Amino acid sequence: MEAAAGHARAIRPPARRAIPDGGPRSAATRVTRIRVALLATCLVDTLFPDVGRATVRLLERLGVDVDFPSGQACCGQMHVNAGYPEQALAIIRNHVAAFSGAELVVAPSGSCVGAVRHQQARVARQAGDLALARDAEALAARTLELTELLVDVLAIEDVGARFPHRVTYHPTCHALRLLRVGDRPRRLLSRVRGLELVELGDAEVCCGFGGTFSVANPDVSAAMLGDKLSRVLATGAEVVTAVDVSCLMHIAGGLSRLRTGVRAMHLAEILATTGDGP
Amino acid sequence: MSAGGPAGRSGAHGPLRGREPFPDAARRALADTQLRQNLARATRTIRARRAEVVGEVPDWEALREAGRAIRAEATQRLPELLETLEAQVVARGGTVHWARDAAEATRVVVNCVQATGAREVLKVKSMTTQEIGLNTALERAGIRPVETDLAELIVQLAGDTPSHIVVPAIHRNREEIRQLFRQHLPEAPAALGDDPQELAAVARRHLRQKFLRAPVAISGVNFAVAETGTLVVVESEGNGRMCLTLPSTLVTVMGIEKVIPRWRDLDVLLQLLPRSATGERMNPYTSMWTGVTPGDGPQTFHLVLVDGGRSRALADPIGREALRCIRCSACLNVCPVFERVGGHAYGSVYPGPIGAILTPQLTGRPGDRVTGSLPFASTLCGACLDACPVLIDIPQLLVHLRGVARAGARQGRRPPSPSTLAMGAAAWVMADGSRLGWAGRAARLGRRLPAAGLPPLARWLRTRDLPTPPPETFRAWWARTRRGRS
Amino acid sequence: MVGADPARPVVNARTVVLGRLRRALQPGVVPEPIVRAYRQAGPSPPGAPALLDRLQARLLDLGAGVRRTAPDTVAEVIAALLAARGATTVVVPAGLPRTFVPGAVVDAADRPAPTLDQVDLVVTGCAVAIAETGTLVLDGSPDQGRRALTLVPDWHIAVVAAARVVETLPEAIARLDPTRPLTFISGPSATSDIEFRRVEGVHGPRTLDVILVTTGG
Ligand code: SF4
Repeated sequence: MEAAAGHARAIRPPARRAIPDGGPRSAATRVTRIRVALLATCLVDTLFPDVGRATVRLLERLGVDVDFPSGQACCGQMHVNAGYPEQALAIIRNHVAAFSGAELVVAPSGSCVGAVRHQQARVARQAGDLALARDAEALAARTLELTELLVDVLAIEDVGARFPHRVTYHPTCHALRLLRVGDRPRRLLSRVRGLELVELGDAEVCCGFGGTFSVANPDVSAAMLGDKLSRVLATGAEVVTAVDVSCLMHIAGGLSRLRTGVRAMHLAEILATTGDGP
Repeated sequence: MSAGGPAGRSGAHGPLRGREPFPDAARRALADTQLRQNLARATRTIRARRAEVVGEVPDWEALREAGRAIRAEATQRLPELLETLEAQVVARGGTVHWARDAAEATRVVVNCVQATGAREVLKVKSMTTQEIGLNTALERAGIRPVETDLAELIVQLAGDTPSHIVVPAIHRNREEIRQLFRQHLPEAPAALGDDPQELAAVARRHLRQKFLRAPVAISGVNFAVAETGTLVVVESEGNGRMCLTLPSTLVTVMGIEKVIPRWRDLDVLLQLLPRSATGERMNPYTSMWTGVTPGDGPQTFHLVLVDGGRSRALADPIGREALRCIRCSACLNVCPVFERVGGHAYGSVYPGPIGAILTPQLTGRPGDRVTGSLPFASTLCGACLDACPVLIDIPQLLVHLRGVARAGARQGRRPPSPSTLAMGAAAWVMADGSRLGWAGRAARLGRRLPAAGLPPLARWLRTRDLPTPPPETFRAWWARTRRGRS
Repeated sequence: MVGADPARPVVNARTVVLGRLRRALQPGVVPEPIVRAYRQAGPSPPGAPALLDRLQARLLDLGAGVRRTAPDTVAEVIAALLAARGATTVVVPAGLPRTFVPGAVVDAADRPAPTLDQVDLVVTGCAVAIAETGTLVLDGSPDQGRRALTLVPDWHIAVVAAARVVETLPEAIARLDPTRPLTFISGPSATSDIEFRRVEGVHGPRTLDVILVTTGG
C-alpha cells in the first residue's frame, strides 16, 4: 500500500488529452483556440529568458494563446530534493495558487513538470495539508511538458521550424523516466527543415547535474559531465539540445569551459527558429 | 591489497564501515583510474546482460507488480510471518534464535559454533553476516571463518572489503587476483596465469578438501517462506550447495525482512531475482531446505533472526518501503554514481542507491556526517527505480532520507547552519512571484549569480562555467511587451 | 521454542523484537491482495515436443550436453557416454532403475560423503524440468537420492522423463513439495566473479549431461 502510489504514478504515461476540436494539424485552424498558462520555471525566468521567449513565440505561431500568471515563482523541487520539505511547502502553495485559474499549464522543463506531477501533492500530504494535496493533484493533471503539449494535444510534429545544423539530443533524466516523454522530442526534431539529427552515445546516462548533487558532490558530478561531454563531442554535432535548462546549463558550462564551440540550446529555441527570425 | 582493509573492519555494529563522508571518499575513489576501468567494464557487461534477459520476458511488468505486492505484504505482516516461520522450522527439527542487534546475533552464532567444538567454519556469501561483523566476532572467539564464494575469498585474501552486493570483488581485475592467489594459496602453481578459468580452478582445488571435512557452515538466505518454513539460497558456484549439504551443523543468519508469506510467492521472486542480479534466466544453483531432513544434509540446524535496525526502519511509513529489497543489486549496476566511485566510497556493507537508504536506516543515525551524506550521493536520475524488480521508489526514498538527515543534523544544533539559513532565504524568495522578480533584477544589476560567492560553488567552477544573468528576466520582458494584453 | 540453546537471553530477544515490530506497524492495515497477472503456465502442456526442443536449446546454451532417447535405450545412451569419457566408477541412488547403469554402485545413507569425491559419475532421475530456463529440479526422491550425491562427483547425468518437462517456473513450483530438500540446477556450476566473465565449473559437477526420455520416439 505505502509504496504503490509513488510508483504507479512514476510509470504511468502522461495523461493523453483529447484534441479539443479533433483537428489534426495546426491549432490555428481550430474553431476553439487553445489557451495555455506558461509555467516558465524559476531558472528560465531569471537565467534563460530566451527559452521562455522561444516557447511563447513557438506556441503563438501554432495558434495557441499564452498567458503568464505573474504570481508564479518556483515549483519547490530544489528545496524538496535538498531535504527541506517544510520550506518547500510555502513554495508549492504559491505555485498551486498561481495556476489555480489555468485550464492547461505548459512548461519547457521535464524536471519541473516532473515535480508538479510526482512531488508537490506528496509533500503536501506528508505535511498534513490535504486540501493543498488535492489541489496540487488537480493541477498536476492539467500540467504538461512542452513536447507533450505539441505532440499529444496539438497533434503537431512538424512545427514549421527551419534549423540547418547538426544536432544531437540528450534525453534528460526526469523527462525520460519521470514523464516518459519517449521519442516525442526526437519526432519533433526530425521534422525540422535542414536539421541533421545525430544519435548521442549512452544518451540515457545522467549528465551528473542532479541539482544540489552537483554542489554536494562536485567531483562525481564533474566525472559524469566529462563522460557526457565526450559523447557529445564524438557526435560532431554543432548543437546539443534537451528539454531541460538545468541539465543544459550544466552541459553548457562544461562545453564553454572546454572551449569546444558546441552550443547547448533548449528544444524550444530550435523549434521556434524558422529561418526568417532569430 | 591494503592490509586491514579501508576504514577498519573491527568493532562493527551494523552496516557502516567508513568514517569519511561520501563526497570525500568518492573523490579518492575517482582518482583510482584502475578501479574506474574495472567498474566500468563489469557494470557495462552486467547491464547489457540484464537488459537482454529482462527484455525477453513478456510478463516482466506483471512480475514486478506482483513482486512489489508480495514484499509489501511481507513487511506489513512481519511479526506474524516470523512467528509462523519459527513454528514451521521448529516443527521440522530446526532451532530458531532471535537477536536484537549485531552484537547479540554474533554472540548467538559463536555459541552455536562453540557447541560443536569446531575451530574453523565455512561461510557462504551473505550480506547479513557481513552487516553484523560476524567474521571479526568469530576470529575473536578463536574460530577461523573461511569464505567459500570466489569473490568473497578474493576479498578475504586481500584483507579487503566487498564493494558490491552480488559481485563483491568487482573492483579487482584478473591480474590483481592472480597475484593474490599466488601469494596466499598453496594450491596455486608458480606459473599461474590470469585466465579466469585457471583462477577459478585454483579456488576449486583450494576449497574442495575443506568442503569435504568441515563440520560447520554458516549461510545467509535469500528468502524464507513463512507458511512452510522453507529457506532459499540462490547462488552460482556450488559453494552454497556444498555448505548447505555436507557439514553436520548449519547456522543460517537472516535479516528478519527476508521472510515471504507463501510458497507460491517463489513463482515471482525466483524469476525476478536471477535476471535482475546476474542477468541470467536462472542462476546455476538454488537450494531449498526445511528444517532437518533425516539422512540428507546437516542434522543440526540453527536459524538466527536478526533485527539490527529493521524494526526501526519499519516504523517509518515512508522509509519502510526499503525493506522490500531483495538485494539483487540491479540498482547498483545501473547507477551512474556507483559506476564511477564503486562500493567502497559508500563506507557501508550496503553500497549504491539502496545502500544509501538502508545504511542510515539500519544504523539509526541518519543525521550523522557519514551516514547523513549518503542520501545525497545521487542525482535522482531514476535509473534505479526503472531497474528495481520490486519497484522500490529509490529516488523518492533518497529524498525522504535527505529530509530526515537534515532534521537529524539540526537536532542539538543552534544556531541553524549556513545552508539551512540560505535555503530558508531562498524559499522566501521562491514562494512569491514579485519577490523572485525582484531577485532577478538584483542579480542582473550585479551581473553575477547571487550564490556564486558561496564556497561549494568554487568546486563546481573548476570544471564548469556558470551562466551570466541576462539583461532582462523573462518576467520583465513579458511585462514590458505584453502589458495590457493579459 | 528454543530447545537446548546455549545462549540464554534469546527468549527475551524474541519478545523484544516482536514487540518492536508490532509497535512499528499501524494496527488494522490490511495488505492489498497480490495480483498474479503473470503467466502461471505456458501454452504447451507438460512434455509437448516444443517444450522438449526449448529445454534442449536452453541446456545447450548453458553448457550442458543433451541426448534424446526412447525409454528402452536409456541404458545404451548412458553406456555410450561412459565409454566416450572412459568413466569407470558410477554411483546411482537406490531408486534409479538398475537397468540404466548395470554395475553401478548404489548409494547408501551411511556412506561418508567424502568418498563420493572418488566417483567419476552420478546418474539420477529428475523431479521437474523447466523448459523456459533450462532448469532441472531434484527433490530427493528415491530416483534422485540425497543432495550430496549430485554435488560431490564431477560429472552428473540426469535422466528426465518428457512428462516432467514444464514450460514455466510457476508450473514447477506448483508441482514441488516445499518440505523436501530441493535443488534447482541450471547448467553446470559457474562464476562471474572475475571481471564478470562467466567461467564454468567451480564447485559443483563440472559436466552435466541430460538424457531426455521421450515415449513417442
Ligand atoms: S533496491 Fe531494488 S534493485 Fe536495488 S538491490 Fe534492492 S531489490 Fe535490487
